[in-house]
Amino acid sequence: MTKTNLPGPAPDQQRAMLRTMKLIRAMESRLSQDSLQGLLPGTVHLYIGQEAVAAGVCAHLKDDDKITSTHRGHGHFLAKGGSPAAMMAEIHGKDTGVCRGMGGSMHVADVSKGILGANGIVAGGMAIATGAALAAQLDGKGGVAVAFFGDGAANEGVFMENLNIAAVWNLPLIFMCENNGYGEFTPAHTVTAGRLIDRARAFGMPCHEVDGNDADAVWATAAIAIERARAGEGPSYIEAATYRIHGHFEAEAMMLKKPYRAAEEIEAWRGRDPIAAYVARLTEAGVVTPEDVADLDEEFAEVVEKAVADAQAAPLPSNDLAASLMFTNRTVEVMA
Amino acid sequence: MKKRYAAAINEALHEEMERDERVILFGEDVEASMFGDTAGLLDRFGSRRVRNTPISEQTLAGMAVGAAAAGYRPVLHLMFGNFVYTAMDAIGNQMARIRLMTGGQMTLPLTVIAVYGGGRSSAAQHSDAPHPVLMNLGGINVAMPANSADGKGLLKAAIRDDNPCFFLEAGGRGAEMGEVPDGEHIVPFGAASVLREGKDATLVAIGTMVKHARVAADNLAAAGIEVDLIDPRTMVPLDYATILASVKKTGRLVVVDEARDSCSAASQICAVVAGQAFSALKAGPARVTVPDVSLPYAPVAEKSLIPNPERIEARVRALIG
Repeated sequence: MTKTNLPGPAPDQQRAMLRTMKLIRAMESRLSQDSLQGLLPGTVHLYIGQEAVAAGVCAHLKDDDKITSTHRGHGHFLAKGGSPAAMMAEIHGKDTGVCRGMGGSMHVADVSKGILGANGIVAGGMAIATGAALAAQLDGKGGVAVAFFGDGAANEGVFMENLNIAAVWNLPLIFMCENNGYGEFTPAHTVTAGRLIDRARAFGMPCHEVDGNDADAVWATAAIAIERARAGEGPSYIEAATYRIHGHFEAEAMMLKKPYRAAEEIEAWRGRDPIAAYVARLTEAGVVTPEDVADLDEEFAEVVEKAVADAQAAPLPSNDLAASLMFTNRTVEVMA
Repeated sequence: MKKRYAAAINEALHEEMERDERVILFGEDVEASMFGDTAGLLDRFGSRRVRNTPISEQTLAGMAVGAAAAGYRPVLHLMFGNFVYTAMDAIGNQMARIRLMTGGQMTLPLTVIAVYGGGRSSAAQHSDAPHPVLMNLGGINVAMPANSADGKGLLKAAIRDDNPCFFLEAGGRGAEMGEVPDGEHIVPFGAASVLREGKDATLVAIGTMVKHARVAADNLAAAGIEVDLIDPRTMVPLDYATILASVKKTGRLVVVDEARDSCSAASQICAVVAGQAFSALKAGPARVTVPDVSLPYAPVAEKSLIPNPERIEARVRALIG
């Protein structure tokens, strides 16, 4: 499945992707701990195991390019340049959060970085990306939009609508499907007829399959789709086969009566951890040294520690903030 | 100058697209334009900015959000008011929510046009007045112009507004003539229009119902009963101040709304007035609405459910006693 014959990333690009993946993992490992200890106000859906997809795709994107993400959106946010500290504060529900504590984990967004938001509705971001792709087409400056979504979203009706209109209007849009095998607690294959990629093929756009645990392969595939979109040649679909090592959300075990995944399956995918595999590859190739990797781990441990400490110390949003944010030009009045 | 309702709306679209190249229009059959409101725009502004779309309401509403977030001022023609329900995820979960969820980062200057209301034997899937649903979402402005001047002025205000705005066109009224001021004409959101003044009762009529309320008010005046007739013009924001001031003067309130009764705009207005002007009231606030029934196809059956001048007049008389 991996397109080994595609031109790959240069060493500095590989190092940048490793950084991105390490940052995501460090942030989410802490979020996992803090969630299980009840230190976060809401739940978190972690991207652990899928980092190579966000890193490989976002490596090609500029701030002006737009992405929409999913409920599992921390990785996309960080890979697209979102601030770790602002994300951590957001997940802690603080006024210093990137969304001032109004969105939380499932809605991290930074419009200045082209991150049009993680989204709590499965497939909810897809049409927003299509609209952003329309804007990019009208701008005529080579901008693109990427809709990140999962196998679950591919069973929503709007998936078809968006494939259709993107193809009809030749929009600079990449449908980035991360097939992690599960929609919430249900194995995707038990609720999905046919192959997802065949659905996109029906609309006549280029379709790629890639090993979603191989950052270089994702990078190379995304390069083709994004260059095509920038050149005005229209949308593409990419399907990355990957795996969600953690649950649908942290602490799910407390709510579910029995496991829905075999321990052996999870362990097998842990053995294919995209970051461990990438470290091994880059070390072997001399792109990074073990010391470089240790330095990265140390750097991000500090980033995370400081982000958490700052978030804990940060002020809460005021109770009247929400009413002031509904409209640009007025505060919602209480009429009752 | 007198203009037809649809022509006044069409003129607003022409003027705003001329004024600001970031205004774009897309929707189902905007080229053919069965209502006439989008006629001629494709020829004038070209297929980059004016686009016929597939029938994909949920995606179209989501695209309006995305295009607005990316710097444009999209106008989406959703065709019929009932299609609000078809598009509801994008409206209720995205359009109405994203500004708050992003801590105010996202500004969504978009307009959705939809034609609403019954009386044309279009049956129950093309006849609803969906404004109460939109009012309940929060985060979305809702304009309901009752005449040509407000059609033009409110649409121009909607397009220039930095918030999502629904512009609900009164169904079946496209050919009605009305005076439209010459030159630049903008009607601000949240400013009710007082159409006639009287001391005996406050009659609030919404959108399509303004026409019937005018007839009722004329008939009542002929019998010596004078009402304040108020057209709120926008349901979000709603000009409660004008309504409350009127009720404090008259002591009686009747609200006429083409929505179904439960949680209608009429019930909301009555609730606020009951809460905030209770001591001024000489009678319970009254609603003239569609019962909680789907509008049927058969003309007489449909007509019997939609408020008409006789029902409005009778309700005012009953209040006065």
